[in-house]
Amino acid sequence: MTPAPALPASIDATATLLAGADYVAGRDLATVLFLALRMKRPLFLEGEAGVGKTEIAKVLATVLARPLIRLQCYEGLDIASAVYEWNTMAQMVEIRLAEAAGDVDRATLGSELFSERFLHRRPVLQALGDTGAGAPVLLIDELDRTDEAFEAYLLEVLSDFQVTIPELGTIKAPEPPIVIITSNRTREIHDALKRRCLYHWVDYPSAERELEILRRKVPGVAARLSREVVAFVQAIRREDLFKAPGVAETLDWATALTELDAVALDPALVSDTLGVLLKYQDDIARMSGSEAKRLIDGMRAQLQAAQ
Amino acid sequence: MSEASGHLAENIVYFARCLREAGLPVGPASVLDAIAAVETARIGDRDDFYWTLHAVFVKRHEQSILFEQAFALFWRKRALMDKLIAMMSPVAVDRSEKKARPQAGSQRVNEAMFKQAPKEQAEEKVLELDARLTVSEREVLKDKDFAQMTAAEIALAKREMVRLRMPVDLVETRRLVPGEGRVIDLRRTMRAAMRNAGHVVDIKFRRPAVKHPPIVALCDISGSMADYSRLFLHFLHAVSEQGRRVHAFVFATRLTNITRALRTRDPDEALEQCSRLVKDWDGGTRIAHCLERFNKDWSRRVLGQGAVVLLITDGLERQVDAGLAHEMDRVQRSCRRFIWLNPLLRFQAFEARAAGIKAMLPHVDEFRTMHNLKSMGDLVRALGREADADADPAAWLRKVA
Repeated sequence: MTPAPALPASIDATATLLAGADYVAGRDLATVLFLALRMKRPLFLEGEAGVGKTEIAKVLATVLARPLIRLQCYEGLDIASAVYEWNTMAQMVEIRLAEAAGDVDRATLGSELFSERFLHRRPVLQALGDTGAGAPVLLIDELDRTDEAFEAYLLEVLSDFQVTIPELGTIKAPEPPIVIITSNRTREIHDALKRRCLYHWVDYPSAERELEILRRKVPGVAARLSREVVAFVQAIRREDLFKAPGVAETLDWATALTELDAVALDPALVSDTLGVLLKYQDDIARMSGSEAKRLIDGMRAQLQAAQ
Repeated sequence: MSEASGHLAENIVYFARCLREAGLPVGPASVLDAIAAVETARIGDRDDFYWTLHAVFVKRHEQSILFEQAFALFWRKRALMDKLIAMMSPVAVDRSEKKARPQAGSQRVNEAMFKQAPKEQAEEKVLELDARLTVSEREVLKDKDFAQMTAAEIALAKREMVRLRMPVDLVETRRLVPGEGRVIDLRRTMRAAMRNAGHVVDIKFRRPAVKHPPIVALCDISGSMADYSRLFLHFLHAVSEQGRRVHAFVFATRLTNITRALRTRDPDEALEQCSRLVKDWDGGTRIAHCLERFNKDWSRRVLGQGAVVLLITDGLERQVDAGLAHEMDRVQRSCRRFIWLNPLLRFQAFEARAAGIKAMLPHVDEFRTMHNLKSMGDLVRALGREADADADPAAWLRKVA
């Protein structure tokens, strides 16, 4: 097996590494990512939906050739589905077999039944195990969707990289996994957890960076259209919307417009396709028609001034 | 390197102190982290240094602005940055120049940035009232309007409020815990079976966990409402002391989140902190605007897990347009229960004639009064059960029609 690529040695190297996987990161993100890798601390990424938080973990796993282990959080997530569960069915079969063989020794059977053999490893425990290719990337996605109880449980995992199973004892990672935690801020995460992490707010990208992302991710879009799309999205984010469009929406919209053979934006086209960009009826109603025309005119003037 | 890191550590310690005074919760652990981070990153320029410290010290998006200001003032003003970068660079640099004096500098920064407001005089404690607290007085107090209370009576009312017990309005969550339920808990069943040499005799179950829904309060603190809202905040403080999750906002011309301030243990200290946060006590009201801010900035963050929203306002909004009804409607659709507390309701002849009230009423689940201890007690009881008929907003609307 080829050894996993070494961790980047500087902030510049981190930025280059990300760029190599088509992730256009700002200096701020490269810095915090480099620190997280070096200091072996979890990285807590917060930001609006669709700015590319989850993508960071995926890209990191790819460029470092580490397995990506993803824990998707939801309300009601418990230890059985996040950390480990005993394989009860197999345990029962084992008991029946022992009975059939007629050698039921309670002490041996007990220690046999609660051994690694009957353990279902869920994402957190998998991430603490030895994968053979270096420490894995553990993505704890949308942590704000779980309840406080699970968040508290994570404290042990994130500070000591270990899990305690009553029947087995404490399992400690040979090498701490690279942990990326994301949150959309549907609720506040407790300070105790944040304290164990490096924090970074992932913001909407600047126009140049968004254009670069669009160019790399959706290469088929005409140059003029991509400039207009990005300028329009940047302008619409400044409007007082219930939910501003993320980068993911920009990419979707550019793809949609290309499918429609558009070469430039016009008010009718924008009104017809706003649903790709905006996801709330109030926002769509506000932005179609004359508003769309106003934004397009403003955007054109700005683009012309820049040239 | 050792001397360099010594100076660096010293400066970071001072910087951390500066941040702490600015209100960022910076503990000693973060300072150690920061030093380790800066040494790891081997800073090359100002930006790297900025983001390195940012990664360690900032734990909430809102803190970024404060951090930025503190950073600019602390590091740029004394040209410390260049010296630090020079120290951190692998090539040894002659450090014959004068030692920086961070103490004096940080003092200056502190003074420039965080002027400490003079502490207001502590409220006079009326201790002898305790002895005179007879049952009949308590009864009188119960019906007395908050706005007509004397300072002494208010102090007494505050103590009464602490005695209000929140009801057991538990809701089921999606988490499962051991207990009588429909889902079989194989893991516990197996452990129990081990005691019988593997014979399954007793099947264990799991049931959904229950917990109190969060309470989200929006308090109007404009001129006409100030008396009621201040006492209501005391009530909220008492409620959160009982271990309930409370998110509190106050508004007049703009919306302020006072949840963190309200968590301070001592109620008077908590209220003092709230008033420091709020810039518009006793101002005019812009209900629609403030609700819009709440919907856009906060509703998705605090209305999860089936929150109950308490809106306390008299509803006397000057500019009433479609926006007000729209924002009310959005709040109602995002929460489990939307209760409007209106002190004006205490008047027997109250009719929902004001345009603002008419626009808001169709969008609440309950409409209650909140002007004395008795009504506060009624609210607490109401939270424990389903909506009842006397608080039905439709009844008030029919009166106007």
